[in-house]
Amino acid sequence: MTTTNSDAVLPAQGIEAPRSGRIDPKYLRSNPSAGSFEMVAWVFMRVSGAALVVLIFVHLWVNLMVGDGIHQIDFAFVAGKWSNPVWQFWDLTMLWLAMLHGTNGMRTIINDYAEKDSTRLWLKSILYLAATVIIILGTMVIFTFEACLVNEAGELLEYAPAFCENVTQ
Amino acid sequence: MTQTKTSPGGRGTLYKGREGMWSWVGHRITGVGIFFFLLVHVLDTSLVRVSPEAYNAVIGAYKHPIMVLGEIGLVGAIVFHAFNGLRIILVDFWKQGTRYHRQMLWAVLVLWFVTMVGFSVRHLMTFFEGWEGF
Ligand code: HEM
Ligand code: HEM
Repeated sequence: MTTTNSDAVLPAQGIEAPRSGRIDPKYLRSNPSAGSFEMVAWVFMRVSGAALVVLIFVHLWVNLMVGDGIHQIDFAFVAGKWSNPVWQFWDLTMLWLAMLHGTNGMRTIINDYAEKDSTRLWLKSILYLAATVIIILGTMVIFTFEACLVNEAGELLEYAPAFCENVTQ
Repeated sequence: MTQTKTSPGGRGTLYKGREGMWSWVGHRITGVGIFFFLLVHVLDTSLVRVSPEAYNAVIGAYKHPIMVLGEIGLVGAIVFHAFNGLRIILVDFWKQGTRYHRQMLWAVLVLWFVTMVGFSVRHLMTFFEGWEGF
C-alpha cells in the first residue's frame, strides 16, 4: 500500500491522551471513596511519627539517662511520675499514638506479605484484637493507679513512695 | 537509583534498590521489633496494678547485664526508626527532599551513631554504678 495518509503521521486526533478526562469507574483499580481512609492513614503515620520522636525520646531520657538510670525504676518511681498529671497525660498520649501508629504499620506489612484473603483476614483480626486489648489495658492502668497502697491495718506498704507519708493517715 | 536484574530462574525480575531499599528494609524491621516490644512493655507496666512486689520483680529483669545490652539494641532500633522516619517525612514534604534523600540517609546514620555512642556510654555507666553483681 503506497497511499500517503497524512493523518496517520500526525498525532492521533479525536483520541484523548490517557487519563485526561473522567475515568469510567469500571476501569479504576479501587473504589475512590476507599481512597480517603488510606490518605488519612498516610498523613497520620507522619504526624504521629513526628510527635512520637519527642514523646519517646523524653521518656527514655527521664527513665534511663538522668538520676540512677535503669536502677531507679521500681514501683516508687512509677508512683512518683504518675502522681503528676503531666506524666499521666504524657504516657497516655504516647500509648495511643505509638499503638495506633504501630498497628497501622503492621496492617501495611500484612497487606504486603499475606497473599491469601483468608490469611490476611485472620492476621488482621488478631492484630486489631491485640491492639484494642493493649490500648484499653494501658489506659486503665494509668487512670486506676494507686500510689499509696495500705495493708489491712491501714499501714503504708514498704514499697510506697516517700510522699505517701504526708498523704495518708 | 533502581536496578533490575533477571532472576536466576529466568522468570521475573529481582529488585535491587541500593540505599533506598536497605533503609526501607531497616525501617520495616525496626518498626515490627518496636511494636512487639511495646505490647510486652504495656503488659509489664500493668503489673503496678497487681502489686508492687510483682512489678519490682519483673522490672528487676531489665537490670540484668544481658537485658542492659538488649536495651541498647532496643534504643538503637528506636533511634534509627525515628531519624529515618523524619527523613521519610522530609522526602515527602520538603521541596528538595527527593533530591537530597541519599545525603539525608547518611545524615541519619551519622546522627544515629553519635546518639548511640552517647546513650550507650551513659547507660553502661549508670548500670555499673548500681550493679550489685550476679
Ligand atoms: C528500655 C527502655 C524503656 C524503659 C526502661 C521504660 C520504662 C517505663 C516505665 C518505668 C514506665 C512507667 C511509667 C513511666 O515511667 O512513665 C513506662 C511506661 C510506658 N512506656 Fe516505657 N520504657 C522504655 C521504653 C519505651 C519505649 C521504646 C516506648 C514506646 C515505643 C515506651 C512506651 C511506654 C508507654 C506507652 C508507657 C505507658 C504504659 C501504660 O499506659 O501502662 N517505653 N516505661
Ligand atoms: C519514634 C518516632 C517514629 C517516627 C518518626 C516514625 C515514622 C514512621 C514513618 C514516616 C513511617 C512510614 C509510613 C508510610 O510509609 O506510610 C513509619 C512506619 C512504621 N512505623 Fe514508625 N515511627 C516512629 C515510631 C514508631 C513506633 C513506636 C512503632 C511501633 C510501635 C513504629 C512502627 C512502625 C511500623 C510497623 C511501620 C510500617 C513499616 C513499613 O510499612 O515498612 N513506629 N514510621
